[in-house]
Amino acid sequence: MIEEFLEHYNYWTSVLIIFIGLYTIFAKNNLLKKLLGLSLVQTGIFLFFISLGDIGSLQTLGIGEATPPIIWEEAEKRGYLYVNPLPHVLILTGIVVAAATTCVALALLIRIYKEYKTLEEDEIIEMEVERGE
Amino acid sequence: MIAFYAVLVPAIASLFILIFHRHPNIRESCTIIATFVTFILVFLIAQEFLDGKSIECTIFEILPGIEFAFKVDAFGLIFALTSSSLWILVSLYSIGYMRALKEHAQTRYYFCFAISIMSALGIAFSENLITLFIFYETLTIVTYPLVSHEESEEALVAGRKYLLYLMTSGSFLLAASLITYAITGTTDFKPGGILNPMDEVLLKILFFFYILGFMKAAYMPFHSWLPTAMIAPTPVSALLHAVAVVKAGVFGIIRVVCYIYGIDLIKYLNLDLILAVLASFTVIVANLLAIGEDNFKRRLAYSTINQLSFIILGASLLSPLALMGAMMHITFHGYMKITLFLCAGAIAVVTGKKLVSELSGVGKVMPITMIAFTIGAIGMAGLPPTAGFLGKLYICLGAVQSAETFAQPLLLSVILVVIIASILDIIYLLPIVISAFFEGSEGVKREEFRDVLCLFMVVSLSITAIFSILLFIYPSVLLLPELAEVAANEVFKK
Amino acid sequence: MNDIAVHQFPVLIVTTGVFSALTILVVGLFNRKLCYYIVLFTTTFHFVLSILTLNHVLTKGRIQYWLGGWRPPWGIEYVVDELNAYVLVVILFLSFLGIVYSKRSVEKEIDERKHPTFYTLMQLLIAGCCGVVVTGDVFNLFVLAEVASLSTYALVAVAGGRALRASYNYLILGSLGICFYLLGIGFLYAVTGTLNMIDMKILLQNLYYNKMVQVAFVLVLVGLGIKAAVFPLHTWQPDAYTYAPSAVTLIMSTVVAKAFIYALIRLVFSVFTIDFLKIYVDAWSLIPVISAVAIVVASILAYRQNDIKRMLAYSSVVNIAYITLGISYFTSHWSLSGALVNILNHAIAKGCAFAAVGAIIYKTGIKDIRNYAGLAKKMPYTSAALLIAMLSLIGLPPSVGFVTKFYLAIGSLEVQNYLMLAIILLGTLLTLAYFLKVIEELYFKHSENNAEEAPLSMLAPTMFLAILCLAFGVYWLTGIPLDFVEKLVTVIR
Repeated sequence: MIEEFLEHYNYWTSVLIIFIGLYTIFAKNNLLKKLLGLSLVQTGIFLFFISLGDIGSLQTLGIGEATPPIIWEEAEKRGYLYVNPLPHVLILTGIVVAAATTCVALALLIRIYKEYKTLEEDEIIEMEVERGE
Repeated sequence: MIAFYAVLVPAIASLFILIFHRHPNIRESCTIIATFVTFILVFLIAQEFLDGKSIECTIFEILPGIEFAFKVDAFGLIFALTSSSLWILVSLYSIGYMRALKEHAQTRYYFCFAISIMSALGIAFSENLITLFIFYETLTIVTYPLVSHEESEEALVAGRKYLLYLMTSGSFLLAASLITYAITGTTDFKPGGILNPMDEVLLKILFFFYILGFMKAAYMPFHSWLPTAMIAPTPVSALLHAVAVVKAGVFGIIRVVCYIYGIDLIKYLNLDLILAVLASFTVIVANLLAIGEDNFKRRLAYSTINQLSFIILGASLLSPLALMGAMMHITFHGYMKITLFLCAGAIAVVTGKKLVSELSGVGKVMPITMIAFTIGAIGMAGLPPTAGFLGKLYICLGAVQSAETFAQPLLLSVILVVIIASILDIIYLLPIVISAFFEGSEGVKREEFRDVLCLFMVVSLSITAIFSILLFIYPSVLLLPELAEVAANEVFKK
Repeated sequence: MNDIAVHQFPVLIVTTGVFSALTILVVGLFNRKLCYYIVLFTTTFHFVLSILTLNHVLTKGRIQYWLGGWRPPWGIEYVVDELNAYVLVVILFLSFLGIVYSKRSVEKEIDERKHPTFYTLMQLLIAGCCGVVVTGDVFNLFVLAEVASLSTYALVAVAGGRALRASYNYLILGSLGICFYLLGIGFLYAVTGTLNMIDMKILLQNLYYNKMVQVAFVLVLVGLGIKAAVFPLHTWQPDAYTYAPSAVTLIMSTVVAKAFIYALIRLVFSVFTIDFLKIYVDAWSLIPVISAVAIVVASILAYRQNDIKRMLAYSSVVNIAYITLGISYFTSHWSLSGALVNILNHAIAKGCAFAAVGAIIYKTGIKDIRNYAGLAKKMPYTSAALLIAMLSLIGLPPSVGFVTKFYLAIGSLEVQNYLMLAIILLGTLLTLAYFLKVIEELYFKHSENNAEEAPLSMLAPTMFLAILCLAFGVYWLTGIPLDFVEKLVTVIR
């Protein structure tokens, strides 16, 4: 039981991060914290993807048997497994997307702050109601 | 294709009405020309049909087995003849009425009127339920602006109620049609019916769906939209009561009874009994409600509810003569009731009176109108020499004819219903006539022929009154007995 | 048209779209007027290309294009079959009309300095949506969806004020949705080792009982559901539609919503396939229930609104529910047809409604239906268009809405589900209830105001859509396009 848990500790970590992120998004009142939560979810997913690439941990029991996806003579001779590079490439793209999302969100937050002088959601809603919108 | 053209003429007219919205005279000319063209077309179709030609055209196929198609048959022709001939008179009357009252939004009024006539003709000529449904729904929608024409809060509420009832009914009709399609793979009207005795419960439920679907027939307890809709201008009430809307309801019910279920299946499922009870109940209760109603037009509305159920009663007797009576009564009632409404409208325009209790002495200043009203009232009670007598006679004869198959006590009760209804009709219509002619006329000063516009109204209501009598003497003027006979023969062919 | 040339069109639409967006940004530094015309030209050009693509797909079969010449499953593949091509034409057609429409509206609602960036984002949005539609690669779909979404977030916020928080909510929820989608893809990749849709479909065939695949299915469903504003994941949508500039609302409600509902259908039916749905019934059997609840609840919410844009936004939720209701009964041919046909039908009707509403806002600034009194006299054509759009959303014959309702109703009988039939018909009545409020104000009440008819560049697309509401309704009913519908259904079955 514990072994199984430890074996996949990277997955558990990513799950944990995702859930912390989700919690932050739904429970926090501050708009910036919601953004932090979103970033955590994204990071958790990236971690999960990167873990996927590690064929060693997936196929055999031992951890860290696979080498980086660089072809060198000794590795070929010894028949090392190498890490699947595709998820890493995907996640590079994903990180760019996440960064872009964060940028847009931050830009929006700056505008919101200028407009309402606060980032607390309930206060903003209160102000909106006052303005009669 | 001629049937399609007949349906198309009012639609084209409606476009012209929109185009000429800035020129009232041209606009009204368009309406009048279209009325005549439509009527002549329908009459020609009727002639051709009686010559034995089959007239049908498929415009397109919506789905396998469901076509958008028109087919002329005797029963449809009766309805089409009624609508198209009455449209001429109502249009003439409308011109007088709308201009005399300087009503607003007249373009919208004439536009919707033309479209509703198109829908009525479409309903009359449609070959199957889906085509019928499309026109039925269109009719509901285009009559809504007419009902809410006054644009007051009360009129809007009436319009909402009208839409609520009739759109709900439209949904039931669509559901029923599609279930029929799912069962049989077709929705075409066939004289012997298209449904086969199979799942009894399903067929019974389906029948209730159909009855709910034709809520336009204003049977109780789903009648209250009709009196509420009386807020509309009088020609619109005439359209609702005589020309198109409620007639589409009873038309649909007879279609379903005779052409979807078929006489044998209705008998087998004992649905005739349910229909007869529903109709008889409505006939009596509607008349009782009419007695207590002071608003002139609402009283007439209850009278319509009663007469419509009378037609349904005729259909539920399942005998050839009763069916002929029911079919012809659609036309008879149309002419008689339109006379009453046109009179009510003329009185409202000339004297401004809208309550029954205010009508004393009106007959002295508006003799022609009140004479026409008297003829209509006699017709409602089913007394000679008006067409109403023929309708009731046929239905009673039909009851006797079906006596073998119908349990005897029920036969008696049908006759009893007819007699009670006639007596009640007299009770609530005759006092109006008496007080109008024989009581003092304080406060009623204005004359019948105030100006040319009133002439439009008086002429058209006189014509309808004359027709109410003419149809008694010589019903063949609108080819009625011939068509009804053909229809009854094809429905009852063994 | 040369076959090889047509094979380039899907990718050409996406790449030139992105390229055009960058061009606008640069050109905007020198000449702000030109930006609009570049978008207009690009969209027109793309629309023509999409029609040629559809024509090719219908006559010669589907198009498969390998990006950079890399063979699938290693490279990214663009696959265009009947369904894609159809949705592509729909969204490019509405983008085209939306762009024509946006000129005057944007001039009025948006500061001129912002025009280059506005049109850049608009172009990116359209290109992203086209990309979502043509791609045959699940990860590429993610990237292009984010291109479209990020542009949308920014576009919604353009108006400032209340729009900012609407946009921010949309951003958080939208990104969360796409994260779920990404996670789902991760699961699928873990078990299949591929990202190509066709390849994945084949590899998944033996894995339907795998828990990971099932979880992935739910994640993808929820993720794309948020993006497509499927009830109850629609919470961002009414705010976003209400506070976005009119032109943006028009594009969002037609182009973006349709692209994502397409993505949902594509993933569910072309990657997981019907066989999977038959095995993993638990999750899927919830969909009809949710859709039914959505139709009723969203209609009631729409009834309670006085802001016309918000009312239309809830009506969009109802219509998306019609689509999900349709696809939930995948065994029925007509039910699926109804759903697929509604992609076009709803785009036309809702596009028309938002265009008319935008024109009214442009001329009078009125958003509250209680102030609509008397507009029918002053703006007869716009009001007529709005009326037709509403009647068609209600589903009266012979409009497009009726066709949807009709097909779905027949579909419900095909699967013998009378409850679904009742819900569809109830939906009609509820829709009537809330649009009647608008119709009454518009046509049966009067007040003096000095509104006048909208400018031609706004009126023309609006009227055109209104005519299409009826024309397409009749066209579907003539039964001529039944072959085409059949082909669409075959794609996802």
